[in-house]
Amino acid sequence: MEKTMESRDLLNVKDLFVNFYTYAGVVEAIDGVNLLLKKGETLGLVGETGCGKSVTSLSILGLVPPPGTIEKGAILLNMGDKVINLLKQDDSALMKIRGKDVSMVFQDPRGALNPVYTVTQQVGEALLLHKREEMCKRLLQKLERDIPKSNTFRRFIYNCEKKIYERMINNPKSLPLRLLSRIPIINTYQRRLRNESKKEVIQLLKLMKIADPERVVDMYPHELSGGMAQRVVTAIALSCSPRLLLADEPTTNLDVTIQAQILLLIKELKEKMKSSILYVTHDLGVIAEICDRVAVMYAGNIVEVADTFTIFKKPSHPYTQDLLQAIPRPGKEFKSIRGEVPALIDPPKGCRYHPRCSKVMPICTQIKPEVAEIEKEHSVMCHLYKR
Amino acid sequence: MGITIIAFFTVIALLSQVFAPVPEGHEDPFRIPRFGWFSEPQPPSPEHLFGTAQWQYDIYYGCIWGTRTAFRIGIIVVAGNLLIGLVVGTLGGYYGGLIDELVMRITDIVWAFPGLLLAMAFVSVMGPSLDSIVLALILVGWPSYARVIRSEILRVKQEDYVEAAKAIGCSDLRVIFKHILINSIYPIVIMASLDTGAVVLSAAALSFLGLGPPPGYADWGQMISLSRGFIYKNPVDPLGYWFTWTYPGIFIFTFVLGWNLLGDAFRDILDPTLRRR
Repeated sequence: MEKTMESRDLLNVKDLFVNFYTYAGVVEAIDGVNLLLKKGETLGLVGETGCGKSVTSLSILGLVPPPGTIEKGAILLNMGDKVINLLKQDDSALMKIRGKDVSMVFQDPRGALNPVYTVTQQVGEALLLHKREEMCKRLLQKLERDIPKSNTFRRFIYNCEKKIYERMINNPKSLPLRLLSRIPIINTYQRRLRNESKKEVIQLLKLMKIADPERVVDMYPHELSGGMAQRVVTAIALSCSPRLLLADEPTTNLDVTIQAQILLLIKELKEKMKSSILYVTHDLGVIAEICDRVAVMYAGNIVEVADTFTIFKKPSHPYTQDLLQAIPRPGKEFKSIRGEVPALIDPPKGCRYHPRCSKVMPICTQIKPEVAEIEKEHSVMCHLYKR
Repeated sequence: MGITIIAFFTVIALLSQVFAPVPEGHEDPFRIPRFGWFSEPQPPSPEHLFGTAQWQYDIYYGCIWGTRTAFRIGIIVVAGNLLIGLVVGTLGGYYGGLIDELVMRITDIVWAFPGLLLAMAFVSVMGPSLDSIVLALILVGWPSYARVIRSEILRVKQEDYVEAAKAIGCSDLRVIFKHILINSIYPIVIMASLDTGAVVLSAAALSFLGLGPPPGYADWGQMISLSRGFIYKNPVDPLGYWFTWTYPGIFIFTFVLGWNLLGDAFRDILDPTLRRR
């Protein structure tokens, strides 16, 4: 697989196939998905429940739940100085990427927070995992300032702490350090690190526009309201300023006013942190609100990709057209798409949409259509459009 | 209530030296001092508060020092069970697939083992002693823990926050310890405290069957076993030797009751939805 990318592209998903091996048979959840995300862009991934949106985003993190397996394909991520294929990385490399370069906001903010830890602990976890070195360096500077001012006893302790932090920077996995951090009383040296991370967490929460962050940091998840929980979850995802943020329907469980606030916030922070977003949702309203481009997904295929304006004004794939028709509007007859989502265990032959398509042709039942670029930056997977 | 009882027993166990001083020149405090070789039990008297058993073993001394034995059995066995159960259940629940299959089938096999038989087998190999009882109980008791832990882990594993933890780059061990186990440990805590009582009861039963320590060892089950021949005195005074089995019996009863109540209290605290109104 070639490892070249244009420098303005961030993520390139190439020909991705994901199968789930269940007792009932093989579910072909992702059937050849191609996706291109440019730097600084927000790409909406829209589709019905069960069409493979979430599996696509989980594949990017390498977290497809068993019995799912990635059959083939490549997921190229532009790391600035080099391009890596996420599917070829081993676990420890992926762990470093997750949360730092690619992070995820989950659908249910309450579910995504561990009920037994406070906000500081949970947001701090990501910070301590990925920004430990940076924080240690900052602490060292502070210690060096403090040492000359303190008395002999203090100076001795500070010097010990200094040595520990230096060691933490040089050799983060050293065994004696890991043992030390488990011993009570001695491990109080970590107090500084914790305070530092708490400060940073408060900064993050301020960024997330949470009122009274000093109080919120010590709260447990059950004390947070839905909107606040979503802000905290977003803060975790954004804590290390990721290159790519995967947002898996982050606003579906919120009421509309909070939804608007969160969307605005995400948009704003994306600009500030120079991240790109892959926004997974089934809500076309949200797509219209924040996305630059949209990929429409149906039954494991991406059927149409275009910029948001084109999708709404000039939808080309019959599925996209039907989907837009299905938005309820006052004064208009409500139209739903006939038929139902196919079981992917035994997907329809040819084009997967043909049983429900209003413009079905004989060829549709036989041959899977190719992707055709009908205009610049507008590609459709349908037999109606020949290349 | 449970806490009070267990606290009471803890005090007895810690201060058994004060309640029942070890006589001078007596090397092993767990050997009950004897006062003669007379084989008929003697009723309670100022010197021997609970009377003496066969061969004049002091029942009071045995009951007090037996508390230590009971705690030792309960805690060691339950700790052993917990350790094996946690490791096995976590492996099976978290990693799933082949490991799960392998580990849980072993669990099934062990569970199908008759505990009493296994204990007897042990005793026949190692000789009757407290250690063989403890070992047998550990080896037989862990499957229920493993199963409960596994099912709890399967439940917690599905939670979003576990996936979220993985998504920020936590390692497997970190996910297991910091996110999964901490949320699945409560049923085990309840189970362990309920089990501590039950374990002491089974140990007493095994002792009673003669699989435990030799006569004269400060162990409640052993003391009841010693009084087996004195349950019935004679037609005129059928319950004449009541003190030989009543006192150790009361100790066993209260001890087990205490742990059960404590377990119940734990459950009420940890799972308020079950609380009776």
